[in-house]
Amino acid sequence: MTDLLDRLPPDPILERRAVIQQRAAQTIGRRTLISKVFISLMVLAFLLALVPLGSLIFALLQKGLSSISWPFLHTLPTQPSLIAQNAIGGIGNAIEGTVIIDALAGLIAIPIAVLLGLYLCEATSRAANFLRAIIEIMTGLPSILLGVFAYEYVVVRMKTFSGLAGIVALAVLMVPLIAKASELAFRGVPNTLREAALALGARSSKVTRGVIIPAALPGMITGILLSLARAMGETAPLLLVIGASGDWTWNPLKQMSALPLLTYNYSGSQYPSQRAAAWGVALTLVVMVMILSLGSRLVAARLRKERR
Amino acid sequence: METETPVPGSEVAERISRSATSDRPYKYLLRGTALFFGAVIVLFVWSVLHTAWPALHQFGFHLVTGKSWVPGTGPYGALPLITDTLLTTLIALLIAVPVGLASALALLYLIPQRLRATSSALIELLAAVPSVVYGLWGLFYLIPWLNKTLDPFLAGITGSRWPFSGPQEGFSVLLAGIVLSIMILPTIVAISRDVISVVPTDLIEGGLSLGATRSQVLTKVVLPSARTGILGAIALGAGRALGETIAVAMVIGSNPQIPHSLFSTGATLASTIATEFGEATGSTGGALAALALMLMIITAAVNAGARLLTKRALASK
Repeated sequence: MTDLLDRLPPDPILERRAVIQQRAAQTIGRRTLISKVFISLMVLAFLLALVPLGSLIFALLQKGLSSISWPFLHTLPTQPSLIAQNAIGGIGNAIEGTVIIDALAGLIAIPIAVLLGLYLCEATSRAANFLRAIIEIMTGLPSILLGVFAYEYVVVRMKTFSGLAGIVALAVLMVPLIAKASELAFRGVPNTLREAALALGARSSKVTRGVIIPAALPGMITGILLSLARAMGETAPLLLVIGASGDWTWNPLKQMSALPLLTYNYSGSQYPSQRAAAWGVALTLVVMVMILSLGSRLVAARLRKERR
Repeated sequence: METETPVPGSEVAERISRSATSDRPYKYLLRGTALFFGAVIVLFVWSVLHTAWPALHQFGFHLVTGKSWVPGTGPYGALPLITDTLLTTLIALLIAVPVGLASALALLYLIPQRLRATSSALIELLAAVPSVVYGLWGLFYLIPWLNKTLDPFLAGITGSRWPFSGPQEGFSVLLAGIVLSIMILPTIVAISRDVISVVPTDLIEGGLSLGATRSQVLTKVVLPSARTGILGAIALGAGRALGETIAVAMVIGSNPQIPHSLFSTGATLASTIATEFGEATGSTGGALAALALMLMIITAAVNAGARLLTKRALASK
């Protein structure tokens, strides 16, 4: 009997398995070693990615804090001269300009963007799909193109640089961002809520006001605050259209000053005092931007907790 | 049945039908908003096209193929700008893609669970920093570092031969590429983390159960099955790098020339618009708008491709 089994041809599958097992056992040491090295390299690469962040924060604090003082934050800039090289004054009007431009751009963009988000969420036509694709592409377009847009339609028509042109550019920048975020938030509302409200006889505008918007509020607010933060830090469009101002400007039809633009201008200044102050301007800007983006997280977390 | 007695419930039915018709304003409001913003987009594209038209008409295809760009007087040939735009983006991708993919894998699988949320938040923090601040940092921190350490080191490796030849000024396409790599890193990490996280656990467990090591599973199972989405993430990062304006304008040296080495100064499409728009007179304005048009076409195409890829990857879940 055993003779018979021995004389059978060997099973190729079993043979192959034996070979594989042997190879795996032979190479396991090497493979484990390679794996460990590889994984350490990946974690190292990740830590490397955090180095620029650390350096950036360090630079902002080290160079920025020394030039920030209370007068710096609320007085007007002065033009340094060869005699008074350190007379750089403050950045009060640039803070004011940034807040006004960002806030007004937000005021224009938010209603349009939220309605657009509702449209994109509810409409299913091919036109709506096309618009959605275009809007997504717009979120990735370079912001300087919106500067060209605002220049052509506002600066050329009004024959002067103005805060308004910056507001228009930033509003158009924000609409796709907010629309996209609100569409996602609206889509996240469970259909059962929608259907329950409709079944109770509510018309769709009532469903939107009473059910969808309240339920989607955390997502919407996060999107809005993040877009405001993004727009606040934009330099390129403002560079093309808002001009410059050394005075408090409450009228957006006139030229205005803004923090990102001031950072850019100071960084290339011939006066060392202004180049140093660029860090103070940048730190102020970063703090304002961070308040908005951290605020978005807090608001969203708070609203979600209340809901529960 | 002459006398109409109200059917029970008819009042409700009538209210429902009335509410259906009176809801038209809401529908019109949404549609009107969509039409309005659609019109804004058309005007936006038109504004760039319209401003560029005189230059397109006057210089034609030479705008794209011309090898020399002299602001103010012309000639206006964007080839140097296009080359620098592509080169800086390439450098940025060469740095940011490996680091970004490694970071995404680390965030998903390698670093301890309790550190993951904090680490993600830190990477996202990079995305919130305005680009002018990156420019400032590049200008005052990276330029001294390049001058003192990196440029001599790289020149030493190749013996001052191509691509690390020529004077080392700090301002260079290399520096612009490095700054861009840091700026696009959060995009690449965030998107590739999303697309990698939908790789089915079955596949990963299957790989592990067959005796593959952790790195084998990551490189031979996870990355290949997420490759469409990863390509999308890379394309999104590339789109951002191609269009980045202010940070590049601050560190590249604003010198429109075809680079002869990575240490050369240069100027990209976007940075040239930013630095020259203010002084543009006469035909320069049109030529700059033509640059804007090229930038719009390139970035729109890259972004459209990126969305297609990432969408397909996330839908296949």
